[in-house]
Amino acid sequence: MSIIKVTDLTKIYNKTRVPVYALNGVSLEFSEGEFTAIVGPSGCGKTTFLNMVGGLDKPSSGAVEISGTNLASLKPGQLTDFRLHNIGFIFQAYNLIPVLTTKENVEFILELQGVPAGEREKKILPLLESVGLSDKLNNRPNELSGGQQQRVAVARALASSPKFILADEPTANLDSKSADSLLDIMLKMNEELKVTFIFSTHDSRVMKKARRIITFEDGKVAGEEIR
Amino acid sequence: MLNNISWRNIWRNKTRSIVLTASVAIGLFGGIFSFAFYNGMAEQTIDNSISTEISNIQIHNPKFADNQEAVYGISEPEKVIAGIRSVNGVKGTASRLLINAMAASANSSSGILVKGVDPDEELIISNIKEKITEGSYFNTGKRYPAVISSKLAEKLKIGVNKKIILTMQNPQGVISGAAFRVAGIFKTDNTNFDEAVMFVLKEDLAEATGFDPAYVNEIAVRLDDPDDTKAVVTELGSKFSSDVSAGKIIIRGWYEINPFLEMVSGMTVQMSVILIIIILCALMFGIVNTMLMSVLERVREIGMLMAIGMNGRKIFVMIMLETIYLSLTGGAAGMLLSIIAISVTGYTGIDLSFLAEGLNSYGYSSYIFPAISPFYFLMTSVFVIITAVLSSVLPARRALKLNPAEAIRQN
Repeated sequence: MSIIKVTDLTKIYNKTRVPVYALNGVSLEFSEGEFTAIVGPSGCGKTTFLNMVGGLDKPSSGAVEISGTNLASLKPGQLTDFRLHNIGFIFQAYNLIPVLTTKENVEFILELQGVPAGEREKKILPLLESVGLSDKLNNRPNELSGGQQQRVAVARALASSPKFILADEPTANLDSKSADSLLDIMLKMNEELKVTFIFSTHDSRVMKKARRIITFEDGKVAGEEIR
Repeated sequence: MLNNISWRNIWRNKTRSIVLTASVAIGLFGGIFSFAFYNGMAEQTIDNSISTEISNIQIHNPKFADNQEAVYGISEPEKVIAGIRSVNGVKGTASRLLINAMAASANSSSGILVKGVDPDEELIISNIKEKITEGSYFNTGKRYPAVISSKLAEKLKIGVNKKIILTMQNPQGVISGAAFRVAGIFKTDNTNFDEAVMFVLKEDLAEATGFDPAYVNEIAVRLDDPDDTKAVVTELGSKFSSDVSAGKIIIRGWYEINPFLEMVSGMTVQMSVILIIIILCALMFGIVNTMLMSVLERVREIGMLMAIGMNGRKIFVMIMLETIYLSLTGGAAGMLLSIIAISVTGYTGIDLSFLAEGLNSYGYSSYIFPAISPFYFLMTSVFVIITAVLSSVLPARRALKLNPAEAIRQN
């Protein structure tokens, strides 16, 4: 069943002078439980596409529908709330809250969702255990390696029980061992929890493990491979 | 958790936060200590004036209150005094005979208000005995003793045991004279009072001028707690309502007798509030600047918070809390510094004797004991919070204008 439906998505930068088409009429659908990689050279529109699907940026034309909700119909406040409850994000630069510990970083998103303290505790500990960080609960991000920080980001994204997770170059800053470990964790979550993952990546290791690969070129879908 | 994040965020750049909190602390310390200084000065002036000169409450014949002519006395003073003493909170009363006179020595003369007093009653009412610097408080054993100020003694070029001639009007309006002998010399912090007043025994003054020994034209009332003055004035007003409405007596608190004192007190508070507001306004620019820097350094982080679902209201609150914590930390340090400084100087006093002449001419003491009420700290804390909230608006608005997609890409 399709949870994301993108129709004729176009994003034009510098509209008034020389228009640059970051996305040019992209139409795609994503189903529940997918483990999809979006690949392509730099500047092909991967990140722009993820930003549109994640409701972080507005398209110049076209539509993004998530479980039947057209993101364009939501006001800014509603869109933020929609992201909080439906979309998980993993960023290339980890983007954890530096003043919070591992546990608090994961807990924070649950607090934003209004989950009571008792329930938060029950949810966080197994999650952090599953990403192998149960011994780093009270460490702050600057006390963790890059791989560990990205695993905290995965746990944070999963904690909010999203419909899908968008990961923008999640392994780009990691060494190969950390990248493999992170991919294994995400694959395990995808298989066990049926969480949909959509990546943008240059990393061949990610591409190898992805079950669907969409290739972007010049803001358009240039190819698609399902394994 | 928003509280935790905000509190920890302000210590991410310790040097910057310490510099800002120090500037808030020093600014507030300056404002609070100046207020304590001027407040102490005003309170001492009022206290001195009440203790030495006017008491808490005075009762006169309304005509005497208008033009200070001795012939306008209080009818049935014993009844009035008995009524006053039955009121709760009244420490004591003193009945006085006041007459304007010309005081003369062999060398000089000066216009003066002669206060005919009962020394025992005055001991409860006034601290003039404590202000004696030479001689004694009426205890000479000699006839017609007088207590004059050092200023008057200097003016008339006389000293203890020297004669002073008073020329006054008797009840019939005829000029009469009497010789008094200086028993003691006093000095207060108010040069104007010292120059204008001398004390003699009431019975001597009555005898010298031909007034009835029981004749009284002023009743001074001293209270246990000066803060009760307005309440006791109201109570006495209702107790003697028939005499008041018949125009027989007028009951006035110190603030009505000497409105300047009331003004000094009120102005000190107002000036201090204005000073604190000016200081906080100046500090506001520093706080806004620091918070703007803090927001601009965290563009990517704020973008991430927006992306994961932290709404604008929470981001606004987070930045506002950071500003409040930063300001309150400085505020608390400033208040602590002020409490220490005020406690120490309130105990030791600040010696301004090099300015004594000028200060005394306005009735101010030259030894200042800074004093402050806890309410002022509460008020300052509220002002600090208001300043912080206002200071947070611009940085918070700046944060809310961020586009999460662009913010996340920033380095």
